[in-house]
Amino acid sequence: MAEQLTFDQVSRVAFLARLELSAGEKTRLTTDLNGIISQFERLQELDTDGVPPTSHSLPLQNVFREDVVLPSLSREAATANATEKRDGNFIVPQIMED
Amino acid sequence: MELYALTAHELSEKLIRREVSAREVTQSVLGRIASTEERVHAYVTVTESIALAQADAVDAARASGESVSPLAGIPIALKDNLCTTGIETTCSSKILRGFVPPYSATVVEKLEASGSVFIGKANLDEFAMGSSTENSAFGASHNPWDIGTVPGGSSGGSTAAVAAGEAIWAIGSDTGGSIRQPAAFCGVVGLKPTYGRVSRYGLIAFASSLDQIGPVTKDVRDAALLMNLISGHDSRDSTSIVRDVPDYTRALTGGVKGLKLGVPKEYFAQGVSPEVSASVRTAIDTLVSLGAIAEEISLPHSEYALPTYYILAPAEASSNLARYDGVRFGHRTARATNHVDLFEKSREEGFGPEVKQRIMIGTYALSAGYYDAFYLKAQKVRTLIKRDFDLAFEKYDAIIAPTAPTVAFKLGEVSDPLAMKLNDVLTIPANMAGIPAISLPCGFSDGLPIGLQLMAPNFGEETLFQIAYAYEQATRWHLGRAQL
Repeated sequence: MAEQLTFDQVSRVAFLARLELSAGEKTRLTTDLNGIISQFERLQELDTDGVPPTSHSLPLQNVFREDVVLPSLSREAATANATEKRDGNFIVPQIMED
Repeated sequence: MELYALTAHELSEKLIRREVSAREVTQSVLGRIASTEERVHAYVTVTESIALAQADAVDAARASGESVSPLAGIPIALKDNLCTTGIETTCSSKILRGFVPPYSATVVEKLEASGSVFIGKANLDEFAMGSSTENSAFGASHNPWDIGTVPGGSSGGSTAAVAAGEAIWAIGSDTGGSIRQPAAFCGVVGLKPTYGRVSRYGLIAFASSLDQIGPVTKDVRDAALLMNLISGHDSRDSTSIVRDVPDYTRALTGGVKGLKLGVPKEYFAQGVSPEVSASVRTAIDTLVSLGAIAEEISLPHSEYALPTYYILAPAEASSNLARYDGVRFGHRTARATNHVDLFEKSREEGFGPEVKQRIMIGTYALSAGYYDAFYLKAQKVRTLIKRDFDLAFEKYDAIIAPTAPTVAFKLGEVSDPLAMKLNDVLTIPANMAGIPAISLPCGFSDGLPIGLQLMAPNFGEETLFQIAYAYEQATRWHLGRAQL
């Protein structure tokens, strides 16, 4: 059996996922996640030594196209759905100190 | 019969003969929506004025003798995870409420070019995560055969719309059974095409290596016709395949003589209701009486498909859903003081519980120290599942099984997420292998439809249509219409 996830580990995963969960949600997710992760365990029954991984069902690799400029969205269309924007730019909170 | 109750191929004949206009067909469907949508709730958005304008344009083109598609003027429902220029696209999530895409999915463009009438955006489980359409941020959809039961999911809005006559046909998407399981529950035909057969450009991503767009229709001929419209390579989706699109209706021969069907014993195991098993076995007998050969086979890794899916789908989802940051589109919190805050609070406020849970599982499975044990292991098991099918298809033309273990359950009846996912246990393997699979009606239990599933090798859609059509011609299940 894999180790059980703790409340603190769930908090860390929530940070990695950039989800601000309430304490109640974290408690519920600790239970839910442990239930689901216990299902993962069944895969350990299988010997997969030497089995290649499948990331994709068809044998496609490195699909190229000609490097030509194609029409793309206008700046206005690309920013139209942003809640906060100015002069064709997205507005975000300040990231660096003045 | 009312126009809304007809199939697309029946309406196409009437439209070509000018017996009816596209406006009349569209008004019939809109009238049906007015009388039944309150009970069914198949739609997030009904696009009445767009539909009528499109219908009028088709009628004008036909009247002036312009060359138009034989299928022009048929009202279609689009699952609300397909981007539509100028039409709100929500994925049934609060985080995308108000999002108006600046571009359309390739499938939507193709439908538009063939004169389709967009009747509305169909409800789904939030971000297509679920098997009942109860996880929609905008309220559950109901099964037209019994409005106390779920329509299945995640394309439950699409299948409920078609079953209720609120659309002539519809588009859904299928990541682990999201077209086939609700098609089974709603007594309609649903196809998950081969991965790469239909462009995913403009489909809001859930699990990119599993997602595929496909048709939801009232009969097999309509499914073949709709596949003719939406299939084909697209340079904007590098996973779509360069391969000619056949006229799928040519596969509707009516014969199955000599075709070999594998009947996987694992698909009739514990958890599959006796009524579902019995109906599917009767369907197999019907095909054998038509000249097909059926033999029991084993797909020994079937039982591992579900835990494999538990890892792969959320892992891909956690990565795909990282784009919802509150900055470029979608919900933005009003409470942010810095940029991390902006991401964390926007996502917390915008995503529903099921979506958060899957993001958490996926993030955990991909986090440092767990990648080999979980994600890589699951990808290797995916290879074993795929090999089971490769081996079976060396001897058999198709595999036949139930679509879902049971008929539709009551709203609110299944609350445990693990129990909910058991609905997909018979459909997930096809997504893992990439192969095409279709569900079609094969009986009833307690007044609720049962689905028959057929699976074929990659790009074997024609085999599926051939078998499904022969079965349909020999039975009458597809002629039933839900009474509302």
